[in-house]
Amino acid sequence: MSTLASEIIRNTGAISAADLARGGRVSGTIGDITAPDPRMVCRGVNVWYGAKQAIRDVSLDIGKNQVVAMIGPSGCGKSTFLRCLNRMNDTIDGCRVGGSIRLDGQEIYDKRVDPVPLRAQVGMVFQKPNPFPKSIYENVAYGPRIHGLTNSKAELDALVETSLKKAGLWNEVKERLDQPGTGLSGGQQQRLCIARTIAVSPEVILMDEPCSALDPIATAIIEELIDELREHYAIAIVTHSMQQAARVSQRTAYFHLGDLVEVGETNQVFTNPRHQLTEDYITGRFG
Amino acid sequence: MQIEAPPSAPSAPRRTIDIVNASLKRRYAREARFRFMGAAAVTLGLLFVAVLFADIAGKGYSAFQQTYIQVPVYFDPAILEPTGTPDPQTLAGADYQALVKASVRLLFPELTERRQLREAYALISAGAPQQLASMVSAHPSVIGTTRDLWLIAGADVDMLMKGHLDRAMPEADRHIKDSSIALLDRLAADGRIEKRFNTGFFTNGTSREPELAGIAGALAGTFYTLVLTLLFSFPLGVGAALYLQEFAPKNRWTDLIEVNINNLAAVPSIVFGLLGLAVFINFFGVPRSTPLVAALVLGLMTLPVIIIASRAALQSVPPSIREAALGVGASPLQTQFHHVLPLAMPGIMTGAIIGMARALGESAPLLMIGMIAFIVDVPQGFTDAATVLPVQIYLWADSPERGFVERTSAAILVLLGFLVLMNLAAVLLRRRFERRW
Ligand SMILES: Nc1ncnc2c1ncn2[C@@H]1O[C@H](COP(=O)(O)OP(=O)(O)OP(=O)(O)O)[C@@H](O)[C@H]1O
Ligand SMILES: [Mg+2]
Repeated sequence: MSTLASEIIRNTGAISAADLARGGRVSGTIGDITAPDPRMVCRGVNVWYGAKQAIRDVSLDIGKNQVVAMIGPSGCGKSTFLRCLNRMNDTIDGCRVGGSIRLDGQEIYDKRVDPVPLRAQVGMVFQKPNPFPKSIYENVAYGPRIHGLTNSKAELDALVETSLKKAGLWNEVKERLDQPGTGLSGGQQQRLCIARTIAVSPEVILMDEPCSALDPIATAIIEELIDELREHYAIAIVTHSMQQAARVSQRTAYFHLGDLVEVGETNQVFTNPRHQLTEDYITGRFG
Repeated sequence: MQIEAPPSAPSAPRRTIDIVNASLKRRYAREARFRFMGAAAVTLGLLFVAVLFADIAGKGYSAFQQTYIQVPVYFDPAILEPTGTPDPQTLAGADYQALVKASVRLLFPELTERRQLREAYALISAGAPQQLASMVSAHPSVIGTTRDLWLIAGADVDMLMKGHLDRAMPEADRHIKDSSIALLDRLAADGRIEKRFNTGFFTNGTSREPELAGIAGALAGTFYTLVLTLLFSFPLGVGAALYLQEFAPKNRWTDLIEVNINNLAAVPSIVFGLLGLAVFINFFGVPRSTPLVAALVLGLMTLPVIIIASRAALQSVPPSIREAALGVGASPLQTQFHHVLPLAMPGIMTGAIIGMARALGESAPLLMIGMIAFIVDVPQGFTDAATVLPVQIYLWADSPERGFVERTSAAILVLLGFLVLMNLAAVLLRRRFERRW
C-alpha cells in the first residue's frame, strides 16, 4: 500500500513535505462538509479493521432531500464509511468505529441505541442485488411485517403496491407478485431491493454501487428513481461512475486511501476540483 | 486431434505447433491411462458391492418363505374344556400341545410306535400350539369340529423343503431321519406341504426356534430408538451449529470447541457405549437395554455429525442474504430463523439423515448398554426392554442352526433396504433443493 501511495504522491506532486512525512496522508478535508438540513451528521469518524485503519477522521453531513455521491479509487473506504451509517459494520469481526455519527441528533453508536430499529431508519441497497429467495410480495412485505408497520392484510397489500410503484417496478410485476424475486432480471431485482428498502419508510437510504451489476438501460431507470426518491429521503450513494455521480447527486465527496479529501457541490467538484488528488481522479489520471 | 503443420524448410526454427504436436500423443496417452484406471476402480468397487449383495440376497431370500403342513385338527372338547365349561380362562390354559399331537396322530393313523410318533411330532413346529390357541380364542365356535389347518413346519422340515438340507448325506449326519423324509414325501404327494410368504418374519419377535423367529421386535426397538435419537440430536445439533456458526465470538474457546466436535465425530462408537453405561445407566439410573438409553447414546454419537453438517449448510448460505435481512432491520435471530435456516435446511436434513443412517446400522455401543439381551416380546414403548436390527443380526449370526443363517441374511437385507431408502431420501432432498438463490 505504501508503495502505491508514494507512487501517487510522486505523480501528483500536490502533497506537502509534511504530508509525505506522515505517509502521504492528506490533512483535513477541502470544501464544505455540512448540509443545510442534515439528517446524519458524522464528525471525526475513524474505522479500524483489526489493527488496520480503513477510515481516518472523516466528517460529513448527509442532508435531507439530497443525494451525496461518494467517489474514489477502489479500496479507499467508501463502502466502509457507508456501512458505518447503519452499523452494518457491527457484523464484521474486528471492525471498530470511533468518532461521532448522529441521526437526527441521536448518537447511533451510543450503547443504548439498538442497531435493529436503526437499520429500519437507515435503509441500505447493496452492490449485488440480493432479493430473498421468496416471492416478490414477500420480499417487499418482510420489513413492514417484522416491524409491525401495518395492521391488516389490506394495508400491507397497499404498502407493497406503493413501494413497488415508488421503485418503478409495479407495472412489470403486478401480475406475478407470488413468483420468486430471484426470477427477475438483474435490474428488476435491484429495483425490488430498493422497494424492499423503502417499504419500511427509512429516513436515509444508503446505496453501495447499486448499478454496478446493471446494463445502461437498467442503470438509467434506477438513476431516475434515485432522483425521485430524493424528494422524501436523504440519500448517500457510492459509485465508480463519474457520470452517474454527476447525474444523480447534488453533493460529491471524494475519498482517498481512507481520507475524505474534498467535498462540495457536485457541479463544482466536477468542473472545478480544488484538490490535486480530486482533479487527477476526475480527469482519469489514476483510480 | 492433430493439427498438420505446414511443411517448412529444414533450416527454419521449430514452431510452437510442432512442439505441441510432438508432446500431444504422450499427453493423450496419459489421459487415457488415467481414465482407464478411474473406470477400473469404479468397476472393482461396484463388483465388490454386487458380490456382497448377491451373497446376502442368495442366502437370505428363502427366509421370506416358510413351509407349512396341512393337518386335520379335531378341536377336541375333552382336551380344550376338561371341566366342561367354555370360559376363556380354561381355554387359554388348555393343553394345545396335546391337541397338536392328537392331530398328528390323525394325520398318520398308521404310526403306532412311540419312536415313530416322536419323529412325526417333530415335523410340526413348537409354535403350532400357539397357532391353535390364538385360533381358538378368536373363534371359540371351532370347538368340536374338525378343520384342515396349515400348521408351521419345524425348522428341519423347512430347511429340507428349501433345499438347504442335503438328502444325499448319510442319515447319521443329517438332522432329519430317512423315515421322516418318507413321511414328508407322502405329505408332499398329497399336496399337504406348501411354502408360503413368511408373514411371521415381520410380525414375530425373536425366538429360540428359527422357524418362529421374526424381526418385529428388533424393528420396533429400532423405530423407538431412532425416533428418540432424532428428537435428542436434531434440535440440539442444529441449535449448537447455529450458535457456533452465527452467534459465537470467534476466539480460542470456540476454536477449541470446534476441534473437539470434529474429534467426537471420529471417536469409535464403542466409546459412546462405554460412556452411556457409565453415565446414563450407572449414574443417572436410566433403565438398561431400553430404546431410551440407546437413543441417548446414539444421540450423542450423531450429534457431532449433525453439528458439522449443519455448520457447513449454514456456511453455504450466501452472506448477501444475511445482509439483506439485517439491512431492513431484522434482528440477528430473525435473520437466522426467517432466512438463513430455511435455506440451510436441505443441507441440514441431509446431514441428519446420514447421521441417522449411521445410528441405524450401529451395534457396538448398544452391546455395552444391554441391548444384547434375548427379548422375545415386541417392545411397546421407549422404556421397554428392546433390541435393534443390527444387534438382532449379530445375535442370529451367532446361532448355529441353519434356519438362523437365512434369517440373518434376510434381516441384513431389511436393514440394507432401510439404509438405501434413507440415503436415497438424502440424495433426493439435495437434488430437490439445490441452490435456490
Ligand atoms: N472485512 C474487512 N476486513 C478487513 N479489511 C477490510 C474489510 N473490508 C474492507 N477492508 C479494507 O478496508 C479498506 C476499505 O475497503 P472498502 O470496502 O471500504 O473500499 P471501497 O472504497 O468500498 O472499495 P471498492 O470501490 O473497491 O468497493 C480496504 O483496504 C479493504 O481492504
Ligand atoms: Mg465498496
